[in-house]
Amino acid sequence: MTDISTQDGPMLAADGTPLKKSLARALRMQKMRALLLVAPLLIFVMVTFIAPIADMLFRSVENQIVSETLPETVVELAEWDPDSDEPPSERVFEALYIDLFMASEKKLHTRLGTRLNYEQAGISSAFRKSGRRVGRFDTDIYTDQIIAQSPDLESPAAWVDMMQSADLRADLPLTARTWDRWAAYLRTEGDDPAEEDVEDFLYSTLYFELRDGAQSAHPLIAPLDVSGYETVSLRGQFEDVDEDWLSTDVWRTIQTYAPDYTSGYFLNAIDMQKGPDGPEARPENQQFYLMLFQRTLFMSLVITFSCILLGYPVAWLLANLPMRTANLLMILVLLPFWTSLLVRTSSWKVMLQQQGVINDVLVWLGLVDDAARLVMINNQFGTIVAMTHILLPFMILPMYSVMQTIPPSYLRAAKSLGATNWTAFWRVYFPQSVPGIGAGSILVFILAIGYYITPEIVGGRTGTFISNQIAYHISSSLNWGLAAALGTILLAAVLILYWAYDKIVGIDNVKLGG
Amino acid sequence: MTALTPISRTPVSFYVPVVAAAGAFAGLLVGTSQGSSLLGLLIGAALLAVIAFVATNVLKNEQAARWIILALFTALGFWVGGLPGIVLGALFGWFFGWFTFWLFEGRYRRKLPPYLTPMQVLWHFSFRVICGAIFVFLITPILVVMPLSFNAEDFFTFTPEMLRFDPAGYSLKHYQDFFTSSEWQQALRNSLLIAPVATLLSVSFGTLAAIGLSSEHVPFRRAIMAILISPMIVPLIISAAGMYFFYSRIGLQGTYAGVVLAHAALGIPFVIITVTATLVGFDRSLTRAAANMGADPVTTFFRVQMPLILPGVISGGLFAFITSFDEVVVVLFVGSASQQTLPWQMFTGLREQISPTILAVATILVFISIVLLTVVELLRRRSERLRGMSPG
Repeated sequence: MTDISTQDGPMLAADGTPLKKSLARALRMQKMRALLLVAPLLIFVMVTFIAPIADMLFRSVENQIVSETLPETVVELAEWDPDSDEPPSERVFEALYIDLFMASEKKLHTRLGTRLNYEQAGISSAFRKSGRRVGRFDTDIYTDQIIAQSPDLESPAAWVDMMQSADLRADLPLTARTWDRWAAYLRTEGDDPAEEDVEDFLYSTLYFELRDGAQSAHPLIAPLDVSGYETVSLRGQFEDVDEDWLSTDVWRTIQTYAPDYTSGYFLNAIDMQKGPDGPEARPENQQFYLMLFQRTLFMSLVITFSCILLGYPVAWLLANLPMRTANLLMILVLLPFWTSLLVRTSSWKVMLQQQGVINDVLVWLGLVDDAARLVMINNQFGTIVAMTHILLPFMILPMYSVMQTIPPSYLRAAKSLGATNWTAFWRVYFPQSVPGIGAGSILVFILAIGYYITPEIVGGRTGTFISNQIAYHISSSLNWGLAAALGTILLAAVLILYWAYDKIVGIDNVKLGG
Repeated sequence: MTALTPISRTPVSFYVPVVAAAGAFAGLLVGTSQGSSLLGLLIGAALLAVIAFVATNVLKNEQAARWIILALFTALGFWVGGLPGIVLGALFGWFFGWFTFWLFEGRYRRKLPPYLTPMQVLWHFSFRVICGAIFVFLITPILVVMPLSFNAEDFFTFTPEMLRFDPAGYSLKHYQDFFTSSEWQQALRNSLLIAPVATLLSVSFGTLAAIGLSSEHVPFRRAIMAILISPMIVPLIISAAGMYFFYSRIGLQGTYAGVVLAHAALGIPFVIITVTATLVGFDRSLTRAAANMGADPVTTFFRVQMPLILPGVISGGLFAFITSFDEVVVVLFVGSASQQTLPWQMFTGLREQISPTILAVATILVFISIVLLTVVELLRRRSERLRGMSPG
């Protein structure tokens, strides 16, 4: 008391620092220590889990393949009016020739064709055929004419040397750019650009640029006078390979998907496509994903609802039986919960198939004719039954933990006040058990909506979910962008539900195993 | 539980018709399988009405009456359906003997409040029957695979020999197949190589983080928690897709390390949840007391905190283990043929329907899960007892 009254200034800790400061430091230390404990795991989860999810989100809009494979074409094509009935100008075809030659050397043209084929059927064959033929185009006339005027240009070493000159690179940017792509490709293949034959397309590039008025004082280029050259139409060359190159649809598709980022995969995932006037619905016969999303939602709802219907009585019984009996019966709920998912799925396959246990019993009982065995698998019914069974424990456990907290005396009180059994249940017990139903339903719904294994095995064609389509696009059709877009939509749906779950139940209250 | 309600014998007009109705139902089933539903229904009702009346009014001795009914139905079963019929008949006989006297003596009301009306009593028992049916739904699929795994044929279904309990219908050949096939053994080895390492990773990181998170001074606690729990919430197919894309970028796709890391990530939420739940009841003054007596933080952790939260850590670890051991979606995408695990092998087997070896594996897995379930339950109770949360 006297100490404080005599002391001037703030209160001091034992070591003489102000108490406030000392406390703040201790608090900071504790915060740091806690964060240090959490940090390794946080980093681990970030790298092994969050980064992959972010990568998936990125892939759903990423579209660099077009501009990476056809850089010159994309630039030239930007000036083309997509509404015109005319295919693009000769310059676009020249750019395409350069790009496609590079792509076919690198074997990238089929990949690009496959990518564009997702948007417009038939493109992939145009790319494949052209990639095969592009090396044999009649452009060798340019090569011959250029070499006739400047014979040193036949040697690759001369090209390498020429490309060292900064002046020339400034004068002939397109040729320099193209040479760099070519040289870089050769180097990745382990070849020396100074030794490999210079391909026709490089001479053609040089010709295009000189024809368009570029000039260079370089001793190898100066002798060239291209005004009197014999020419060949590249548009004609491409037309010979595949008529599709003159179709405006093909060019419109390339132009639409030229940017590095696209909403195309997302539009595709909701049955739309990029048209000339913005997004538009796909033709009826190509619509599929909206139906699939609807089916996923509908079946998840049915499964959730059947789980409520089956889980509620069981949870009620478990919550109201004496402890010993309830614990014993709980095993019947926990055993399926702990049993491998594949075990349960395979046993449903055993039970539901046409020569399966249920059909056998029904036939033996005479309820079903042997010739008319029920089809219960490879359809929606099979998926719903199997998944209801698999997810039922996830419904019963949260319901049970909520019902355990409802005092049975409430029901007795209601009855003693004159309520009938039904009123007492419906007006007194049921409202108190709603949080359990909510928690269980959201849990089951979240799990159901992203299920893959069970629908894949017992779902057949009509009982599959959106997740099966995602898996199909990753492993079979290799349309990773579309898979990522479908996954992103599904993820968004789940995250909204998760948020709702957090609001209703709280993440901290998730309980496992009762 | 002692009797709530004084019980008395019921009148003939009550129990005979009820037993007859049950008999009619059973008769309907048997009749349908033998070709005539109506006849079965009538015979069943009449037979059971007579049996009920005779057993209670003529024989009077309950023990004897129930044995006689049992013998009668077993014989009946043999006459109708041979060897499998005996089992069914015995079951029916036991049930009707018990049912008749249960009703006759009025025992069904023993544990019910005395004020219930007959309708309420009926509802009470109908409700039990409904719940029983749901329990049957829950457990049957798991029980069905067990006998089928001893099938002597390569079928996924019960053969006539099995139904006749002919020993020739049973064999251990699918188990033998499992233990000798190099593919299955390789898959088992892979599973056993992947799951423990993944579990170790998630338990060690997860326990540390849970201890950090349990301190009230952690900034952004909710955000961190949301990130750590997310592998459990995000659908597996999405995790699998993302990991496939990302791990192929960084060269982990198709490697053992990739699969282990992926499985560890999936197991972490379970460890976090169980360990934080255990830490809720942890008395922090214990660590302060230890520090006070001169223990450094590491000693405090291993000598004071760890033994107390060990049950939570172990059950979290078991969850993480079973997550990895059962996981198939992620390993399908992240792994390659040389990481083929047991569930993967089962999955491909089921898709292409190769052999009932799957059922033998399933049976083994069911036993493993029974063991794990028991361990987790014991640990949970021990932990609750240690923290004084429940008397049991």
